[in-house]
Amino acid sequence: MSNHDIGKLAEPEEKVYTTLNLGPTHPATHGIFQNVLKMDGEIIVEAEPTIGYIHRAFEKLAERRPYNQVTPITDRLNYCSSPINNMGWHMTVEKLIGAELPKRVEYMRVVVMELARIADHIICNSVIGVDTGAMTGFLYIFQWREKIYDIYEQICGARLTTNIGRIGGFERNFSDKVWSLIDDFVRDFPKGLTEFSNLLERNRIFMDRTINAGPVSQKMALEYSFTGPNLRAAGIDHDVRVMNPYSSYQDFDFTIPIGTQGDVYDRFMVRQQEMWESLSIIKQALKNIDRKSPVFSGDVPEFVLPEKAEVYNNMEALIYHFKIVMGETEVPAGEVYHSVEGGNGELGYYLISDGGRTPYRLHMRRPCFIYYQAYPEIIKGSMLSDAILTMSSMNVIAGELDA
Amino acid sequence: MSELEVKRTKLEMAKMPEGMEGPGFFVTSLEKVVGMARKNSIWPLPFATSCCGIEFMATMASHYDLGRFGSERLSFSPRQADLLMVMGTIAKKMGPVLKQVYEQMAEPRWVLSVGACASSGGIFDTYSVLQGIDRIIPVDVYVPGCPPRPEQILDGVLKIQELVENESFRRRDSPEYKALLNSYGIE
Amino acid sequence: MNTAQHVQALNQQAQPLHDTVLARLTEKFGDAVLGSRIDYDFPVFEIKREAICDVLKFLKDDEQLNFHFLTTACGLHFPDHHGREMGMMYQLHNWPANTRIRILVHFPDQDAVMPTITTIWPAANWMEREAYDFFGIIFKGHPNLKRILNMEDITFFPLRKEFPLEDPTREDKDDTMFGR
Repeated sequence: MSNHDIGKLAEPEEKVYTTLNLGPTHPATHGIFQNVLKMDGEIIVEAEPTIGYIHRAFEKLAERRPYNQVTPITDRLNYCSSPINNMGWHMTVEKLIGAELPKRVEYMRVVVMELARIADHIICNSVIGVDTGAMTGFLYIFQWREKIYDIYEQICGARLTTNIGRIGGFERNFSDKVWSLIDDFVRDFPKGLTEFSNLLERNRIFMDRTINAGPVSQKMALEYSFTGPNLRAAGIDHDVRVMNPYSSYQDFDFTIPIGTQGDVYDRFMVRQQEMWESLSIIKQALKNIDRKSPVFSGDVPEFVLPEKAEVYNNMEALIYHFKIVMGETEVPAGEVYHSVEGGNGELGYYLISDGGRTPYRLHMRRPCFIYYQAYPEIIKGSMLSDAILTMSSMNVIAGELDA
Repeated sequence: MSELEVKRTKLEMAKMPEGMEGPGFFVTSLEKVVGMARKNSIWPLPFATSCCGIEFMATMASHYDLGRFGSERLSFSPRQADLLMVMGTIAKKMGPVLKQVYEQMAEPRWVLSVGACASSGGIFDTYSVLQGIDRIIPVDVYVPGCPPRPEQILDGVLKIQELVENESFRRRDSPEYKALLNSYGIE
Repeated sequence: MNTAQHVQALNQQAQPLHDTVLARLTEKFGDAVLGSRIDYDFPVFEIKREAICDVLKFLKDDEQLNFHFLTTACGLHFPDHHGREMGMMYQLHNWPANTRIRILVHFPDQDAVMPTITTIWPAANWMEREAYDFFGIIFKGHPNLKRILNMEDITFFPLRKEFPLEDPTREDKDDTMFGR
């Protein structure tokens, strides 16, 4: 190269692209995803995602486990909102055996599921904040997640991977402590959420950073089978809770927030609004639950563990107890599909039962797995830093992605 | 000032190591001073893959605050990290990546294996999951639980601190340590 | 309510949809529709492998049926069903009318080849890659058919029934008495 050429811009045909390997353990990606990016300066020209870094073989594992032992596997799908996954699985099996639950149990489930949705969105939204450089929001709102953990703990003893409830209801009734914790949460959370909203929602830096970043059009969202908040941010009001109401969601009055252009800001705002809606659903459920009632499960003796006193004194109870503990419950043969609105969208279980003690085949429709494949197309032509934001705002959870 | 009554928690500073003290001087072994300094300024590298990573987030957040134990600063670069915290399932596909991260870390380095999956494969005794990270890298402290509570993770970090404080200066040069690394195929 | 009544009630709800879709499909494709049934609340149609692309495209584009949304797709394996060991399941959803159907395709495991539907729904891309990874079903015309979740170099298709679930390198578990 002669001295004359220095400083001259490169001609398009001799353009040099750099390859950037983002991940699998990049600090900016939450969870382990690998993206090999072809970069033109700071613009992404092409992206090639690789997934499967925590493939744990859920579907194969489920074929070896009795029905009530599959629940712990579902915990680890979208581990930010385990209770929703648990309930989805319980309802799938209940559909298979034709169990009907009392209203009270269904409302209790709604309370738990909506708490889980709030917990899920807290993670996602606070992490969007962290990725734009605002750590404060994360530190403030995470405190409220701890309060939800406290409620879970009182109900089932675990914080994160809850294994909450059983097929046919709950493992035990909610104690007074649970109700008082939920009351406290419902009373105090608006303050915390407002504080968080004030930090970010109309924050000039945050808005400049997120508006128009990683937009998803309606057409693209439908082609790639988007569901959940990411779809609603694109402006389509699809929600499984309304479409195919389960667990008495038809009794509740709530709105589905939608965005307009499906960018990071819309996704953030949809999740923010959904937290308010969840809170309102919890309030409505609390109003209609009889707290003193002893009913916490349906009439499903094949799956609900009998009282210990019964086991000692009643032969049938003893047999059921033995069968449940050994996982020898009989279920009818058949194929069912049941879906719930998980934290990220339509979480479906496609279960083939051959009448044996374990599922013959269990396929899980994991929303993350399906919409993440649109990621390379979304980030094409955008800046690298926007791509990171796009990923965190899509709330891609590795456990659900890789199953 | 007196109107505001400040409740003070009992603070404990890092303890002085044993040594000879006199007016204007203090004599102790270098090993102890270095151990004390290292112990209270561990830079962890969070290698968070799944559920345990969310509990790690809780550990880092305001409620549990790992920063109280001198690990406020996370090092996302393995080159600067002292402590590799492996949290979550390591699939066989991920194994080589983990090993590479470990190899990139500078001595002295410690490894904390958080959760059942990282320690033994946990409930995932499947074709795709590595049955414990100690098959590919040496581990100093295991934290059981699926996932462990933040208190447990903190306890694991405290155990690491104990190891860091009491480690002999020459351990990393000893033939035993070299043999240990060689048994994992690390030069 | 016992199970049989519950199933019957769900079947009855799905009956009109089943009849409509079946009538349209047989009218259009004739003997490419190998069978149909109702599983709980789902009308299920078994389609000939060669016609699957056309059928799905028709179901998507037809104005009356309008199954525009591909909910999910997955591979199946029934080693005991001779001549039709492998399968693919597609699940479609019509949002405006809120109707769902399931499409099944069965084929022998010696000839586990399927046409790709990525041209109809881009979303099918990873679903098909997953089915390839798990069951070894080859999708003809797929733009990027390689393993997605497992390592590239593994030689088996783990979700086929004959492959063991457990990690073969574990020595601490004794399975002589009870199995694992």
